Amino acid sequence: MSEAVTPLNGARFEGLATIEDAGLTGMITLRGNLASKEMKAAVKKAVGLGVPAQRQVLSGQGSAVLWMSPDELLLICARDGVAETIATLEEALKGQHFLAHDVSDARTYLHVSGAGAREALAKLCPVDLSPQAFTPGMVRRTRMAQVPAAFWLDDRGVFHLICFRSVADYAFGVLRDAALPGGEVGVYG
Amino acid sequence: MSTRLATGGRLLDRSRALEFTFNGKRLRGHPGDTLASALLANDQMLVGRSFKYHRPRGIVASGAEEPNALVGLGEGARFEPNQRATTTELFDGLTCTSQNHWPSLETDIGAVNTHLARFLPAGFYYKMFIHPRPFWKHVYEPFIRQSAGLGRATNPGDPDRYEHFHFFCDVAVIGGGVAGLQAALTAAEAGAKVLLMEQTAHWGGRAPVDGGDIDGQPVAGWIAATLAKLQDMPHVTLRLRCMGAGVYDHGYLLGYERVADHTPGTDAPRHRLWRIRAGQIITATGAIERPLSFAGNDIPGVMLASAVRDYAVDFGVSVGDRTVVVTNNDDAYRTAITLKKLGLEIPVILDARQSGGGALADEARSMGIRVENGKGIAKVKGGKRVTAVAICAQAGEGALLEEIKCDVVAMSGGWSPVVHLWSHCGGKLIWDEAHAHFRPDPANPPKGASGEGFVIPAGAANGADDLASVVADAHGAGQAAVKAMGHKPKGKAPEASTLPEAPMQPVWLMPQGAKTALRMKAWLDYQNDVKVSDVQLAAREGYESVEHAKRYTTLGMATDQGKLSNINGLAILSDALGQPIPQTGTTTFRPPYTPISLAAIAGGARGPVFQPVRKTPMHSWHEAHGADFEPVGQWRRPYCFARGEEGRHEAVAREIRQTRESVGLLDASTLGKIIVKGPDAGRFLDMLYTGMMSTLRPGKCRYGLMCNENGFLMDDGVVVRLDEETFLCHTTTGGAESVHGHMEDWLQCEWWDWKVYTANVTEQYAQIAVAGPNARKLLQKLSNDDLTADALPFMGWLEAGIAGIPARVHRISFTGELSFELAVPASRGRALWDALLEAGEEFGVMPYGTEAMHVMRAEKGFIMIGDETDGTVIPQDLGLNWAISKKKADYIGKRAQEREHMADPNRWKLVGLETLDGEVLPDGAYATAPGRNANGQRKTQGRVTSTYHSPTLGRGIAMGLVHRGPDRMGEVLDFPKLDGGIVKARIVDPVFYDKDGEKQNV
Repeated sequence: MSEAVTPLNGARFEGLATIEDAGLTGMITLRGNLASKEMKAAVKKAVGLGVPAQRQVLSGQGSAVLWMSPDELLLICARDGVAETIATLEEALKGQHFLAHDVSDARTYLHVSGAGAREALAKLCPVDLSPQAFTPGMVRRTRMAQVPAAFWLDDRGVFHLICFRSVADYAFGVLRDAALPGGEVGVYG
Repeated sequence: MSTRLATGGRLLDRSRALEFTFNGKRLRGHPGDTLASALLANDQMLVGRSFKYHRPRGIVASGAEEPNALVGLGEGARFEPNQRATTTELFDGLTCTSQNHWPSLETDIGAVNTHLARFLPAGFYYKMFIHPRPFWKHVYEPFIRQSAGLGRATNPGDPDRYEHFHFFCDVAVIGGGVAGLQAALTAAEAGAKVLLMEQTAHWGGRAPVDGGDIDGQPVAGWIAATLAKLQDMPHVTLRLRCMGAGVYDHGYLLGYERVADHTPGTDAPRHRLWRIRAGQIITATGAIERPLSFAGNDIPGVMLASAVRDYAVDFGVSVGDRTVVVTNNDDAYRTAITLKKLGLEIPVILDARQSGGGALADEARSMGIRVENGKGIAKVKGGKRVTAVAICAQAGEGALLEEIKCDVVAMSGGWSPVVHLWSHCGGKLIWDEAHAHFRPDPANPPKGASGEGFVIPAGAANGADDLASVVADAHGAGQAAVKAMGHKPKGKAPEASTLPEAPMQPVWLMPQGAKTALRMKAWLDYQNDVKVSDVQLAAREGYESVEHAKRYTTLGMATDQGKLSNINGLAILSDALGQPIPQTGTTTFRPPYTPISLAAIAGGARGPVFQPVRKTPMHSWHEAHGADFEPVGQWRRPYCFARGEEGRHEAVAREIRQTRESVGLLDASTLGKIIVKGPDAGRFLDMLYTGMMSTLRPGKCRYGLMCNENGFLMDDGVVVRLDEETFLCHTTTGGAESVHGHMEDWLQCEWWDWKVYTANVTEQYAQIAVAGPNARKLLQKLSNDDLTADALPFMGWLEAGIAGIPARVHRISFTGELSFELAVPASRGRALWDALLEAGEEFGVMPYGTEAMHVMRAEKGFIMIGDETDGTVIPQDLGLNWAISKKKADYIGKRAQEREHMADPNRWKLVGLETLDGEVLPDGAYATAPGRNANGQRKTQGRVTSTYHSPTLGRGIAMGLVHRGPDRMGEVLDFPKLDGGIVKARIVDPVFYDKDGEKQNV
């Protein structure tokens, strides 16, 4: 039996911020009418969470729902629960126009934490990362150096960042460079 | 000589010494010195040679406007040319060299040009070097390149690092002088989030040098107190050594922070480029003093009056014992007073104004300084150093009144507001007659999306000319900025002292009636060697537009972009054209304000992260097994896997033989995979592809062609019907993102009411092609599922477990062999790859690269997007009519393909090409036709689109587009080679191998 592996295989770097492979995680792209009661019920049933507002994320225990676009969500769940979650969605949305697809392996998932996390991200992403502007519960789809990425912030101050799997080495590389000691900007604490 | 004074130098730390070298000479300075002040402290007045005449040049200014003191800084990989000594902070171990001289700074052969100056007027190059034509390349250009040019190029391998930083604020204030500090304080006190940046290492600008009181305390104390207030505010960010480099649309602002230029070798990044979005931008960028145009004003020792004062007060440097001050305004008296107080001699102050100066002039006189009103300089004497000035009446033609010995000439022609950042994004200027300068036109600021201005000038940058008006103006600017951001302005402007000043008087040429001989020695642009006489000549030759005159004379085109020369130059031009200055206007101010490093613009994009490289789940295996990678989009795909001493050609041949004879593996993970789902998915794909997709049954695959609206073929791939409502569209490797965008474009903009969702799932799957006669045997070893032709026929798919991994198995073939494409979750791709290699050992299994794939598809006559297509080819050109549905009413591109030119039988169409002697046709070669075209070129009748050596057939094979090709089977065409020979090739069917497709269908 062959084991599944993440592209970064547990990589970790500690500098001004800590960059680490978040490990195998379940991710499901869900497109549909986000305003419909059927969608809200389906999401609730699948991951126990509501449908977030624009640029927001709702998080639960090991699960989350991210607003990705006006008709797209990203559901986060346990890796071994993906098939069941999709089945639940398909059942609940029967007769509705929707698309649910496993994208767990299409992504690299990283945690960026520590005192320098905001500045490291601000070196790479055109996003206002001041503590007043970017607060827990927000999600931002953006550009990280030269690749697309999305990140959100949890209540513990940890940034959760996803980008495409194929550029995992690049993403880890630019984050590591942005968190190299000596590069403190001194703007965010 | 210039020297360090025993005391003074408010920015110096005299307790420590720093060592540095200039042209190999070991010199000493102190922390707080700039390279320029340290050079002057060591009597190094001569710092370089001018661009054209190689005239000796000394330091003129004390800041960013310096045109002359450019050095090559550092050594080896850290070497950098054209670094301004006036803005380079001294550090221990600094090494620099002067530029543009040969063999040495002191003795320079090119200086002979100065004696030829009469023969090197404006536009000389244009006039002289145009005939005879061939001389340009072989005689003139090499000569000019040898004698011109500033500095050497850098060396590779810069060891420093650079980065970007994105920042957002309500109000960004550029310039940390008194105006910037006040504007920032006003904005911050009203609650705005403020960024204040200063290009030098010190707050307060030049106010501490010039003196005065604000709110009853000396200006230095006010600066410290204001800074302390700002530092205490959490919503204020202060940055030193950070220059506002450029203002762009919608409040986008670039800040250039020289983080570690002064501390090389630390682990800090050298430069940081701030990419700022500001609600409002305040330009508190100060003003730049103008030189005066008199003969010999470029001789080392002639400096701006303010710079002479700066070196004395800031760095404790006396530029010379005897300083003659020459001015058209009151401010330069400060230099005389300052120097006199330091015990230095002021032989005379020459005030060009007949009526003389105000309070400062009285003070100077009371100190015993000789002041001469209505006088000017006819000519400066000296070679590498000023020795004396010849005095004349400003109103005359330069008749000598008196010669006065001196070492320094401190000149002031008035002050020009630094309007660069105001102007970058479209802010307009008005001519202020009283001050003889351009300043921002408040009615025409750069405008943002709302149509309102987003840049506000403050202080001297807005034309304010004394401390009191600077502070008041800056407070107003701060208030205007916060108001624009929706905050309520607070507080009132501090009170500052003011001195009654006599009005300045514009002086564009000294003396006013200077004759040609004097005008030819009166420099406007020091770095590019442009004189008053050059601009006047340009005007006489018809260059009336200031932009044309600039380019003809090169005025203001040097690395300083005319910070000192522009206003003087256009005043001379206006005079020559007999029109007022505002009518002449200014040249365009473009970012950056001063040159910024290319490395800062590149930021972190270098080395391993220069560009993103996309890697498949099997990439590390490829790397470890001799993969010879080629870029395909941002992916790296193995071209072939060379073994041992094997060359590319042998490796490709081996991989093909193995696949044709037994079984091979291809990493096809890079192929685009797009899910298309919904009740209208079939209808949508019928429009997207030329073929019929809605009739495809679940469990089946179909090849499809995608065209753009103009009918041209843009992508191809296999469409898989997953279930009644869901399709999976495979695209080319490079086409995944653009095809997905194409789909969303049509769905969102045209067919917004169709019920279709798409998702790009390219990276969710690792995909492996298992191809060759033993492919089924190999898979069957790893699977209990039925993969026989009955269970899984050609162009079918099913779900099966392979090596314990759930896989979607497609019976599709790009090689012409029995072939299965396996799609598994990417995280298990490597495991499947390893399992296939292990189980395939008995069949000699090996991976094949993109080149083997290309050769095998060409043997089968399969087209490749990008080879057989180039954006001008339609499917009909490629004999792909079988993949175009005749039943459909429409598809994207159908209408275009019916246009006359597209349906013309005379189009070049796809055929196979077989060389008569078996050699390989050159890639891209053209088939010639009889006759020549209007340009005298051989006429053509076709071209090669794909050409390979086929190891299977043991000969060269090719595909090409040929005029009426399919109608001309058997004809022989001539393909000229680059070396002059000709390859003869016969037109044949493009399918060279297994014409009936028996091998793939087993």
